[in-house]
Amino acid sequence: MTSSTGGSMPEKQPFKQVFGYPRGLTERPTHYCPGCMHGVAHRLVAETLDELGIRERTVGISPVGCAVLAYNYFNCDMVEASHGRAPAVATGIKRARPDLYCFTYQGDGDLASIGMAEIIHAANRGESFTVIFYNNAIYGMTGGQMAPTTLVGMRTTTSPGGRDPLQKGAGYPICMAELLNTLEGPFYIARQSLLSSREIIRAKRCVKKAFQLQPRGFTFVELVGTCPTNWGMAPIESRRWASENMLPQFPVGVFRDREKEGDA
Amino acid sequence: MNNWIRVDRDRCKGCELCLESCPEQIIELSSVMNIKGYHFAVQKDADRCTACRLCAISCPEVAISVFRVLKKRQRAS
Amino acid sequence: MEKLMMKGSEAIAEAAVRAGCRLFFGYPITPQNEIPEYMSRRLFEVGGQFVQAESEVAASNMIYGAAAVGARVMTSSSSPGISLKQEGLSYCAGSELPVVVVNIMRGGPGLGGIQPSQSDYWQSTKPGHGDWHPLVLAPSTIQEAADLVMDAFDLADEYRNPVMILGYGLIGQMMEPVAFREYQPREFDKSWTTCGCKGRPPNIVNSLYLDPNILEEHNHAIFQKYERMKREEVRFETFRMDDARFCLAAYGTVARICKTAIAQLRDEGIKVGLIRPITLFPFPEAVFREARVRWILDIEMSMGQMIEDVRLAVRGRTPVHFYGRVGGVVPTPDEIVRKVREMYKEGVK
Repeated sequence: MTSSTGGSMPEKQPFKQVFGYPRGLTERPTHYCPGCMHGVAHRLVAETLDELGIRERTVGISPVGCAVLAYNYFNCDMVEASHGRAPAVATGIKRARPDLYCFTYQGDGDLASIGMAEIIHAANRGESFTVIFYNNAIYGMTGGQMAPTTLVGMRTTTSPGGRDPLQKGAGYPICMAELLNTLEGPFYIARQSLLSSREIIRAKRCVKKAFQLQPRGFTFVELVGTCPTNWGMAPIESRRWASENMLPQFPVGVFRDREKEGDA
Repeated sequence: MNNWIRVDRDRCKGCELCLESCPEQIIELSSVMNIKGYHFAVQKDADRCTACRLCAISCPEVAISVFRVLKKRQRAS
Repeated sequence: MEKLMMKGSEAIAEAAVRAGCRLFFGYPITPQNEIPEYMSRRLFEVGGQFVQAESEVAASNMIYGAAAVGARVMTSSSSPGISLKQEGLSYCAGSELPVVVVNIMRGGPGLGGIQPSQSDYWQSTKPGHGDWHPLVLAPSTIQEAADLVMDAFDLADEYRNPVMILGYGLIGQMMEPVAFREYQPREFDKSWTTCGCKGRPPNIVNSLYLDPNILEEHNHAIFQKYERMKREEVRFETFRMDDARFCLAAYGTVARICKTAIAQLRDEGIKVGLIRPITLFPFPEAVFREARVRWILDIEMSMGQMIEDVRLAVRGRTPVHFYGRVGGVVPTPDEIVRKVREMYKEGVK
């Protein structure tokens, strides 16, 4: 990172860097489209690894989908999983090495469709790893097909007339945080959004909490984000659209916090 | 005040999320393109920057660093 | 060595524990349930972990994760379950992870049946998606099964590749005396594992190579390991081949049935011998190619799967004939005797 623009450095006044690039990320530029919030979600995880001092004791698991190359971006040991199986791979890792920290990073097609069995059962067993679930209601990498979280009426390349649950039998959006909250196993379940800086700050708190609580059980953070490219919108417009349309379907909040409940 | 941001111009993809996030509205896109072919973010009026970090927080490329000039009281501590 | 009377599945599980396996991820399917059942008791006694996975797909990805952090790990299943495990196994092969998988085969296609069958020769030796092979070991006795399981873990670590133990009901369900040898642990390089990047750059366990030139290189590197297996790991047994004019080819317990038949045929003056492949991949090609016999009769509990490798091995120089029983029917020594006698009398070439 050599080239830079912006204000000139003042000569004599002492200053302090109040925001910088986290150690938890490699310096490699991402392949994500402009305005895609995978980069934000990556940063929240990376900063958490730095702040908790666990980067060198952490194994991350990248999914199949847009984040398939996440192993190039996280500056910790990484394992690439097959589609939807990240929670099974994490189970293998944590059962073998409970002393390590482990997180899966998964999208909505990966986690809520092909990997539904793996996420439900890992959560139910209370496996002690952290799931970062990026929900943008669409399959990004494969070209904008309908996801399990696609909103009713939302147009995708496989629901060209809009997702139609009844006439065309396309089903309804699946709310993963609520679904997992029906299980006894999970220790921490939260959903936050990445649609403004203020929301990102809230999301960061939940991501950090999830890693802090990981030694005590299964922790899950759903992050509502956008997919400007496959939604066919500019990044700013997609942020606004998501606020108006996704948040009513996927309300943010902490659904489960066993530490607060004090029954752990 | 003279706080300032530094944008890693070749990481920037010109998504404009920082433009919208800036409460002072002092970020704009460059007229020239970076190595990837994007118009990148630049700070146009550093004097008004409060170093609030909201631009950096919203940046998906983690391309923005934020610097705050310390006041006398802060320097002492 | 103390001899124990043990069921094959339990001997396989116990051998794995004695070879240092501390993690088992499985899913119930007949006829191999005694392996996960045994492991669910035994592993916690020795400080290990057992997980009954939600599916065979999940189990095969759990072993992938455990192997990625350097653990000795095993899973087991039976034919339809192995179909599901092909996903994780292909990823293990692509990411070069050492895992051991036991396949206690049953009949097919589809749900098939649960009786002994050798219907998975193809999906064992020429499996799943992508260019890869597991190293496949086919025991013919419970004792051999126990011995091969111990070897399997070392072979998996040596080659960083899946190793499969291939049996069926006759191996998994039968009881025989077994003596466990003292396992001698060997050191293997584990510097590639993803156990936290303290003091080094991060490691990545991965099978994705988007650049075709790099993937081609990776494919070649994997196949160089298979070439080394072909040079160094081929195992087979020959039985009365010294003066044989005819040769039977069979693996697993079918070879034991053949031996009984051979004794009777020899009494009748028919000079028959047997070649029993122990490694199905790498296949013992040379011993078949060098056998100076009038013909080879390949005998399988399938419609004829290994016969393809036998034919490739002899390169058209020796006629290869086939006799098979399927659906869970186990051939008797008598029917093999009748078949060979018939071929002998008719002067089959």
